[in-house]
Amino acid sequence: MRSLRVLGLAWLLHVKMMSRSAFDGAMAVIWPLFYATVAFFMFRTGHGSSSLGPIGLAAAVMGIWTATSVPASSALQRERWSGTLELLVVAPRHLALILLPITLAASTIGLYCVAGTLLWARVLFGIHVTIIHPLFFVLGLVGTVLTIAALGFLMAVSFVGSRRAWAIGAALEYPIWLVCGFLVPVSLLPGWAHPFSWALGPTWGMRAIREAAYGGAPLGSLLLCVGLAGVYLALGVLVLRVVLDSARKRATLSLA
Amino acid sequence: MIEAINLRRTYQTTTGVVRRKRLDVEAVRGISFSVDQGELFGLLGPNGAGKTTTIKMLITLLLPTSGQARVLGHDVVDDAREVRKRIGYVFGGDRGLYERLSAYDNLRYFAELYGVSGHRQRQRIDEVLELVGLKGREKERVEGYSRGMRQRLHIARGILHDPEVVFLDEPTIGVDPVGARDLRQMIADLITVGKTVLLTTHYMFEADALCDRIAVIAKGEIVGQGTPAELKGNVAGGRVTEIEVFGVDEATVVRLRGVGGVSAVTVEEQDQKQLLIVQTTGERELTQPLLAELDGVEVGRVASREPTLEDAYVALVTAE
Repeated sequence: MRSLRVLGLAWLLHVKMMSRSAFDGAMAVIWPLFYATVAFFMFRTGHGSSSLGPIGLAAAVMGIWTATSVPASSALQRERWSGTLELLVVAPRHLALILLPITLAASTIGLYCVAGTLLWARVLFGIHVTIIHPLFFVLGLVGTVLTIAALGFLMAVSFVGSRRAWAIGAALEYPIWLVCGFLVPVSLLPGWAHPFSWALGPTWGMRAIREAAYGGAPLGSLLLCVGLAGVYLALGVLVLRVVLDSARKRATLSLA
Repeated sequence: MIEAINLRRTYQTTTGVVRRKRLDVEAVRGISFSVDQGELFGLLGPNGAGKTTTIKMLITLLLPTSGQARVLGHDVVDDAREVRKRIGYVFGGDRGLYERLSAYDNLRYFAELYGVSGHRQRQRIDEVLELVGLKGREKERVEGYSRGMRQRLHIARGILHDPEVVFLDEPTIGVDPVGARDLRQMIADLITVGKTVLLTTHYMFEADALCDRIAVIAKGEIVGQGTPAELKGNVAGGRVTEIEVFGVDEATVVRLRGVGGVSAVTVEEQDQKQLLIVQTTGERELTQPLLAELDGVEVGRVASREPTLEDAYVALVTAE
């Protein structure tokens, strides 16, 4: 119960912090719409208007990932720069409980991208996305936010030793779009790329959202999406333990 | 309450780009001290002496290379979680707070992280805000706070969970004189409510005014330990002569150090002039022999006084 309280309050306060930066706010509004516009034009030229609905959904999920990847990978670095990392480490709570809400807050902010992109698609391109299973659609979105947050958490603890953590996050932005089949189906990717796609929760989140919107059985994809989130969290906790032990030995916790 | 036994910490660093060479730097070289319940214990030392490294080992942020340390009976290596529950850590400077949140939200966040129970949080936050004089300003964002207000908020955060032991790492650094005086009063108040405090500071008057006992660290080793009065008494039981001079050279300073009865000479640059601080042993009056060595140097004011804690500190950290 106490752990849930920590998660809840930390999430709320991080959402508050992230939504208070005018620059970040402006970027969060502009970038997803820009990506969506590019995707719409590309696919309208190549495939006509029939495939624009799924592309609208894909652009929305791309926005969640974009909103999460850089903030998540540099989350610990930012805490270090602001001088709060050591305070978080000496807190009696498990550091995972403190870090997870940071990436969860980033992917929650990314939810705006879903609403913004779908509205943009409707107003500018006349795309109406009809949802066949509204409940599964919402669950698919929640599952996708969770799996992206968990993947972000794993990135946050894995890149803590790197001074260019944010750049690694930025470098992973486009490959994840591709590998997770946001823009092109996974089946079109070369065979060696398929295992990477299957190991990534956003692949299954995207599939669940599409299946919920256009008909299909989204439950399997949804369970895989959430299950992979659990795997990332467990891996993240293990990595975090190694990172913290190493930081206490090598005195790297406060190094910028 | 706090016990350090032969505590040692070595850092590894590298030099060179092509031929990288690994170096071991000994930041703390086997220090031992203990702090009793309700005591305000000071760690003094120049930059790089090992004060912060010592504190970081005691608060479980760093593992000692060797030696042992216990806080409230809990080993800082094997029992880190128990130590963390019972201590507060406050450091000086602008960092360590969430700028875009209000002071209240900062405290709410740390209250949750440090295990202050839900129903107690509001009351406890009000108490610490009152204690540090930020009541009424708690809804403002921290980014608009002055340096002194931030430091007060730091202290509020550090004592939020009512820890038995509080570690204060240069808490008044960069704070204006009035703000620093208020902070010192707050630190003194911590002792009156039963806390045990370990304080590091550069300011001698602060240590003199606040600390029950002091350990002076230089180059990773404790070079002196005792009450402020004992440390002052260790300045060879003598006096301090201050001589204002204009353009003294190193050779003259070396000659002054050679005068019988002189234990230490330090030079303090003051705009166009220098202040020679000469520590002497015994009761013998040395003004005339000193002035004789300054033949040819323009001399201004000459004064003799009792040794201060700063004199004791300088004598300890400059001793070979």
